[in-house]
Amino acid sequence: MYRYNEIDQRLVDERVAQFRKQTERFLKGELSEDEFRPLRLRNGLYVQIHAPMLRVAGPYGLLNSKQIRKLAHIARKYDKNYCHFTTRQNIQYNWPKLEEVPDILEELASVQMHAIQTSGNCMRNTTSDHLAGVCVDEIEDPRPYCEIIRQWTTLHPEFDYLPRKFKIAVSGSQRDRAATQFHDIGLHLVKNETGEVGFRVLIGGGLGRTPVIGQVIKPYLEQQHLLSYLEAILRIYNLFGRRDNKYKARIKILVRETGLEKFNAMVEAEWQLIKDGMELSAERVAAVKTHFTPPPYEADADQNISFAEQLANNKAFATWYKYNTARHKMPGYQAVYLSLKAPDTPPGDMTDQQLDAVADLADQYSFGEIRVTHRQNLVFSDVKQGDLFALWQQLDGLKLATPNIGTATDMICCPGLDFCSLANAGSIGIAKEINAALDDMDYLHDIGELKINMSGCMNGCAHQSVGHIGILGVDKKGVEWYQITLGGSSENEAAIGERLGPAVAKHEVTNTITTILDVYVKQRLDDEPFLDMVNRVGIAPFKERVYENN
Amino acid sequence: MKIIKDNHIVDNGWHYIAEHDPLSTGDITVSLARWESEKAQLLNHTGKLGVRLVPGDAVAALAQDLNSIQLIELDFPDLADGRLFSLAWLLRGRYGYQGEIRATGRYVAEQVYYLSRVGVNAFAPQKQEDLPAIQACLSDFSVSYQPSIN
Repeated sequence: MYRYNEIDQRLVDERVAQFRKQTERFLKGELSEDEFRPLRLRNGLYVQIHAPMLRVAGPYGLLNSKQIRKLAHIARKYDKNYCHFTTRQNIQYNWPKLEEVPDILEELASVQMHAIQTSGNCMRNTTSDHLAGVCVDEIEDPRPYCEIIRQWTTLHPEFDYLPRKFKIAVSGSQRDRAATQFHDIGLHLVKNETGEVGFRVLIGGGLGRTPVIGQVIKPYLEQQHLLSYLEAILRIYNLFGRRDNKYKARIKILVRETGLEKFNAMVEAEWQLIKDGMELSAERVAAVKTHFTPPPYEADADQNISFAEQLANNKAFATWYKYNTARHKMPGYQAVYLSLKAPDTPPGDMTDQQLDAVADLADQYSFGEIRVTHRQNLVFSDVKQGDLFALWQQLDGLKLATPNIGTATDMICCPGLDFCSLANAGSIGIAKEINAALDDMDYLHDIGELKINMSGCMNGCAHQSVGHIGILGVDKKGVEWYQITLGGSSENEAAIGERLGPAVAKHEVTNTITTILDVYVKQRLDDEPFLDMVNRVGIAPFKERVYENN
Repeated sequence: MKIIKDNHIVDNGWHYIAEHDPLSTGDITVSLARWESEKAQLLNHTGKLGVRLVPGDAVAALAQDLNSIQLIELDFPDLADGRLFSLAWLLRGRYGYQGEIRATGRYVAEQVYYLSRVGVNAFAPQKQEDLPAIQACLSDFSVSYQPSIN
């Protein structure tokens, strides 16, 4: 993974000093709340119901064991012994004290981390595929480009006060695991006719109140023009994006109101004026790539004999292997998911003790690296087959081996009313209830691949509109109601879920979900996955059953 | 009133000409609209000329006149309106403007490092007591990742 040089380190150190000064000025009354707000937001600090919330950047989801130990230490010393992993591969603390945040940032800087631009109307953490560099369907490893974009976006002087937040995602594989079609800019590594690797550029995707699937603005962009093209888009957006209404300020609205063709022409005109002046050199790309060379894999890792026996003799291990590991490009290795969706835990939360233990396990079994997935789980990307059994046993002891990755209880869920001042609904409580109703693992596995996403409000932090089943908390005269959608997807076949019908009451949500699953089980063809069935039959049969008593 | 220009605290010698006020003698600033409507008269003015821009203004309109303009003010209605950062970049990077670019209005000291990077070289504070903070914030960072004007 990327290691800071002297310049990177100095930049984050100076950022800490700057924020310390800003916080002092605010506490002394030299900066008003309105003046301090955008500054603290650009350092990841929100003001929430109970306390400030601090969002720490997980650069394209990559962390090392030392950083994980630091996150544990921060949870212990400054928070209530836990933290939360988010859908944008970041880390959140729910209970820091404002006056201690500069100290927390200093602790983070000591392990090459920061909270720069994790909120506010600026360019956010670039996200990517959690299986980057190890998956079998990769065109090219996206991480070096993510790092180049990370550096370009960090403290960009011209684009720090945009009309609204701005998110970039990069995917390098056939299968899109980074939801690139739902980002302000989605970049897909592709090969042209001559076999060179460049980018297909999508523009104007997004979730939230107005979910939109991104459109292709450039089918093929040569690598050397990556940054100039991003700059052209950002300059047009900064100058012409709407600032009169924050709900219409994302680039998707500018693209829609301008029209893709005209927007494209504006970007193209701007780009032609700057592209030759800021080419990304092959040397620069090569230098960044040296940070992402493969770890020292063992050539005979697939010769292990005990692994096959363990699989054959231990059903629980075999189930975990089936659901919680993924194929690796190297024979004898697997990528392992650590499920942060144990039945009795808020989705995405981890305690300091789990974090410390995970850091040790990563050192022992996966070259000291940990990845955060956009479905709020962790990944050990490089585990030898022969180590899987021992790792599984230890993860099981840590409650990180629930074999539910990709199933109904692997829910994406926002913090909801329990922590967030925007929320209308207590998402965590509902998630717990659904979990309790789906506690039969055999049933869960029979249902198979199913993505349930639940957000506590229209802002859609948990991407409910692209869940196979989406659940959205809405407020009706002070009462929590829930809108259910079916058929969304953030992957290659991107789709926005269709609303099932009128919102259901809080106490009916779990029942509604189990009814939907029942319809699926009865009407599916052979091993047809849930999403395929919804696409085949539409929502009518589900709607009929869910509302039959109304 | 004092301002910061090229990192030094100096006196401001410019006169702000409001929309319907007559032009005065000396060095004066006018809005872009007034510049466009009274350009001929302004070009005969004996003092130096400055134009005040607000976020929605198109700088391309000024491109041909930049040699006659010694000061361009970027007037922040609100610290969150980032369009002025791009206007500064365009003035320097695209149209080669060499004169003074001055931030005025409702920005905060914490933004002047970025403003200086996109080519703003002078800062009129909202309050005179902000001058030391502005000067200090100009050197918030000694390193940067991306090219800009400075």
